[in-house]
Amino acid sequence: MVLILSTGTMIRLFKVKEKQKEEAKNANRNGSFKKQSAGELRVHKDISELNLPKSCTISFPNGKDDLMAFEITIKPDEGYYMGGKFLFTFNVGATYPQEAPKVKCKTKVYHPNIDLEGNVCLNILREDWKPVLNINTIVYGLYHIFTEPNHEDPLNHEAAGVLRDNPKVFKSNVRTAMGGGRVGDTYFTK
Amino acid sequence: MADAGAHQSSRSRDLDKLLLRPGHLVGPAFEPGTELRDDIQEYARILVVGAGGLGCELLKDLALSGFRNLEVIDMDRIEVSNLNRQFLFRLEDVGKPKAEVAAKRVMERVSGVNIVPHFCRIEDKLDEFYSDFMIIVLGLDSIEARSYINEVACSFLEYDSNGNPREETMKPMVDGGTEGFKGHARVILPGITPCFQCTIWLFPPQVKYPLCTLAETPRTAPHCIEYAHLIKWDEVHSGKTFDPDNPQHMQWVYSEALKRAALFSIPGVTYTLTQGVVKNIIPAIASTNAIISAACALETLKIASGCSKTLSNYLTYNAVEGLHTKVTEFVRDKECLVCGPGIFMELETSDTLKMLMDKLGDEPQLLMSGVSVKHGGKTLYMQAPPELEALTRANLSISLFKLMEESPKGILHVTGTAGKPGKRQSCSTKLRVAFKGVAGIKDTDMAGGA
Repeated sequence: MVLILSTGTMIRLFKVKEKQKEEAKNANRNGSFKKQSAGELRVHKDISELNLPKSCTISFPNGKDDLMAFEITIKPDEGYYMGGKFLFTFNVGATYPQEAPKVKCKTKVYHPNIDLEGNVCLNILREDWKPVLNINTIVYGLYHIFTEPNHEDPLNHEAAGVLRDNPKVFKSNVRTAMGGGRVGDTYFTK
Repeated sequence: MADAGAHQSSRSRDLDKLLLRPGHLVGPAFEPGTELRDDIQEYARILVVGAGGLGCELLKDLALSGFRNLEVIDMDRIEVSNLNRQFLFRLEDVGKPKAEVAAKRVMERVSGVNIVPHFCRIEDKLDEFYSDFMIIVLGLDSIEARSYINEVACSFLEYDSNGNPREETMKPMVDGGTEGFKGHARVILPGITPCFQCTIWLFPPQVKYPLCTLAETPRTAPHCIEYAHLIKWDEVHSGKTFDPDNPQHMQWVYSEALKRAALFSIPGVTYTLTQGVVKNIIPAIASTNAIISAACALETLKIASGCSKTLSNYLTYNAVEGLHTKVTEFVRDKECLVCGPGIFMELETSDTLKMLMDKLGDEPQLLMSGVSVKHGGKTLYMQAPPELEALTRANLSISLFKLMEESPKGILHVTGTAGKPGKRQSCSTKLRVAFKGVAGIKDTDMAGGA
């Protein structure tokens, strides 16, 4: 469809501007209305459809009206990290889902795919992110790296080496770290 | 005075051929004549968003196309690296606001034009600022900024009760963009042609390297730079945020990237590449900016005057190998949350949020269940997760009129499961709500943007 905005229309437009402004003030322009970015609307949908594993919970530190920053707590119910509790922060941008949320692990953890600064090596957070994915997918991905830590994508080089070469030592290192102790040069708090 | 008159006619000589004579390719209501030319000069107020590579060109082109009331908004200051293409700026301008210098330079060169600069963020201006312009022309380099302006412009759009856009509420946008030897120009007539959000998928995803590649097996210079930027920075500066506009931060990343590159014998790390990778910069080409801006300025003139059909609706320009241009007619996303009409509902002021949700279940276009509701920045009701459900449950028995601050009409966003049995799926939509019997109500409502 080709629209031709006619001269008549447009010139009339300039001239009725003042009247329009007044009408707009009276009708709809109450100042408290906050425009929503497309990202916020998509997050609203994602959050309302969340279907988390039993071992994961979500919280909103800024209250119910800010869904763009939230925290996910994972308590793995199987594997090396059973009994542990790991906190992740999610920061979602206005251009979500064009861009993946920024996710950091706030609990210091001995893990081959999470470094001591909380960076997480999960493909769907970076190179494999697609706008069709959602918050739920990411939480399942995070859950998965606790049940299936992977020595082939290391962010913590030492932990990855131990997992590959000596799973028994790895298991005991994880226990030590989660209980609050030292593994190699690093202290972990309980 | 005679001199001034002669000057005027020679200045608009080429423009007069478009505006003073009838033609075969013009719109049906095109009324050529000096009144049209004078009205454009007197009444047409155009906003240029961005005073960078495209913005400098746009201001010059629009001023020379007969527009006399221009404004320009840009939050940046001039840097040395801008000077090769942002031709309105000189070495002594480095550090000054782009918008102010650009406005001043064009006014010095083109007599009769008035350009008002705004040295601030686009978010700092109220919607009323944007609604005052006839056309908004975008010379931006980010998806965020385009999305924001698009949301503002689409929020002015009103639909009638049949869901047809009201022409007088349309805020046309002309958007230009360039990346190296490639560029695009597009015309966005909200409600008619796709808005920015309708075709957001056109933007390719940014390249993001896997963190473990950066940490373990770097193979290229960008890998080394991203290692310093994303991993090493946090390790060394615990808690301090990296600021890409701080030269000391950039220098630190550069030197760390060099060390990393030396360790893995990877060539090619330079300071310029570091800036490029970290800030995602693609070299800007002056000629691409000039071509794209010219196309945008012409479309602006066409929309304002009706002297020709407008570009329908997306021009791509590619001079990487040979030269290729193409116009594609993209279509609107009928369900676009930003520019779409959504669904119109008339309610009683006594209707509660729960009653609205029940109505959505009966609404034949929706048949929506499991509804969650948002109004502006407020979360009115969430089905899940349980924490939010508990926090919002009390709203269910409150009247929606009250929840919407007793505004006679407004926009809600609802999400849930919708459709006929067997075809039910997840769905988000905009609701245009109007309350019966409240003063100020007409048969229309804002599209509300998002």
